[in-house]
Amino acid sequence: MSVNALYDYKFEPKDKVENFHGMQLLYVYWPDHLLFCAPFALLVQPDMTFRALVDDILKPATAAHPDSVKADFLNAEWVLNDEPFTPKADASLKDQGIDHKSMLTVTTPGLKGMANAGY
Amino acid sequence: MAVKNKKLNLKDKYQYLTRDMAWEPTYQKMEDIYPDERFEGIKIVDWSQWEDPFRLTMDAYWKYQAEKEKKLYAIFDAFAQNNGHQNISDARYVNALKLFLSGVSPLEHAAFQGYAKVGRQFSGAGARVACQMQAIDELRHSQTQQHAMSHYNKHFNGLHDAPHMHDRVWFLSVPKSFFDDARTAGPFEFLTAISFSFEYVLTNLLFVPFMSGAAYNGDMATVTFGFSAQSDEARHMTLGLEVIKFILEQHEDNVPIVQRWIDKWFWRGFRLLSLVSMMMDYMLPNKVMSWAEAWEVYYEQNGGALFKDLERYGIRPPKYQDVANDAKHHLSHQLWTTFYQYSQATNFHTWIPEKQEMDWMSEKYPESFDKYYRPRYEYLAKEAAAGHRFYNNTLPQLCQVCQVPTLFTEMGAPTKLSHRQVVHEGERYHFCSEACCEIFEHEPEKYVQAWLPVHQIYQGNCEGADVETVVQKYYHINIGEDNFEYLGSPDHKHWMTIKGQKPADDNQDAA
Repeated sequence: MSVNALYDYKFEPKDKVENFHGMQLLYVYWPDHLLFCAPFALLVQPDMTFRALVDDILKPATAAHPDSVKADFLNAEWVLNDEPFTPKADASLKDQGIDHKSMLTVTTPGLKGMANAGY
Repeated sequence: MAVKNKKLNLKDKYQYLTRDMAWEPTYQKMEDIYPDERFEGIKIVDWSQWEDPFRLTMDAYWKYQAEKEKKLYAIFDAFAQNNGHQNISDARYVNALKLFLSGVSPLEHAAFQGYAKVGRQFSGAGARVACQMQAIDELRHSQTQQHAMSHYNKHFNGLHDAPHMHDRVWFLSVPKSFFDDARTAGPFEFLTAISFSFEYVLTNLLFVPFMSGAAYNGDMATVTFGFSAQSDEARHMTLGLEVIKFILEQHEDNVPIVQRWIDKWFWRGFRLLSLVSMMMDYMLPNKVMSWAEAWEVYYEQNGGALFKDLERYGIRPPKYQDVANDAKHHLSHQLWTTFYQYSQATNFHTWIPEKQEMDWMSEKYPESFDKYYRPRYEYLAKEAAAGHRFYNNTLPQLCQVCQVPTLFTEMGAPTKLSHRQVVHEGERYHFCSEACCEIFEHEPEKYVQAWLPVHQIYQGNCEGADVETVVQKYYHINIGEDNFEYLGSPDHKHWMTIKGQKPADDNQDAA
């Protein structure tokens, strides 16, 4: 469907990748860890490695959770944009199909959050 | 005009002062004068069928409103002279006012603009007059709310720059985008959105708890505003119902269009009211009723009766009401824990509920609070006691449509975040729910332009890359005064001084 309007209603998307000055957006959701209320919205370099994403960005982002130190994110179960995904630790994000505004979901087996309530 | 009596009766007066103010154009076409009336697809066969249930004319309106205004401002003056802020239940209550003043009062102003605009767009004189009067009401509400709360600005933080914050602060994009969406729609969608879905179906969930909350917590200024606005609100609600019945009775082709608007605006209103849910359950030290109870009374029961009544027009209840009904057990708790972790970027304080408040919640939310939410506060309290008051230092994903962080959980699965994603013309978009995703898919061109605060920060459009600069310089939230935890805040210390509980340096109120 499209907008019902009095004129030709067409506008540029506000969040095109070129508006991010060489960076891109990436969302990461860690299920069963609702201490973090929503998936993280991260600003990342497209050519950074997956390992750098985990070590330099995801680990600090999750550090407040007691499960974070136990989490082996590199060997966890990943989903990229609703499809199963096996990350290559030393390949860049861009080269393994993680494009602008992609969403990664990471499940860490054995780590179910706090209070038996996915917190 | 020939009149027998010097004094007109009410019916004639209404006729002369409203419908007779319109005329049939002779040298311009109606569709050129009212170009916005047709493009939405709504068919109006006979505008004279429009009934104004109040038959209020401008001269009576001014007289009546002036009387109310006189009484209202006399009470504001008395409240200020008697230092009324010292008699509220607790200073935590003022945080509800901060949220209201930056989140809701600017919406009253947006409503004024919206009604002033659509009041020009209808060719029916009755509808134009009704919109004109509501526009003036909304402007008055915006002003009187600011006056009612301005006394608090002299004594508490976070109230100093509400309109500026409304345009910029991340969570205030939720109410702002709601009204921008309505105001950029056609005139019939605007009325369905604001007069019907918001004013008629959902407004009780905002005004009743808020005004009762003010009464329960000793805030006489805000209570008096509430009473003063009540007769206006009754008029707005009646108009909302009249609008919908009028449109539906005019042509059967209008039914599916209106149904889609009801589905959309029920949902957008419900998402907006999630802010009210946490206000009710968490920000009122003396509680009125729980969000779940309010939802049951004002939506499930009253809304149920309403939609039963509209059945004869072929209208069914809003599509995703089952999701909203299920969410009543979780909404306020999910919202409050979100604001708790992002308090570094809010113009109000957050805190962990006190023990008796948690017991109240256990009682009000037997299915959810002890299982899912009490453990959160126990953990957060333990961390805070150890000197690690929790703040989330990473920005959250926002929904492209409602702009709330994607914090809501799936129906029947309260530990699983609800999330939807679509690709439109090569761009990815993310949503908090099926309902928001559907709103997008119906009019993607509208929502691809959404000004999402998190993305704007990352694009470098908010005066800085770090949260501190954005909060202080771009939002005008004074760091260390307006934001962070309530306990130990300047507001908290100031309140202790007022109550003679503990000496503090900033002793403005000592007389």
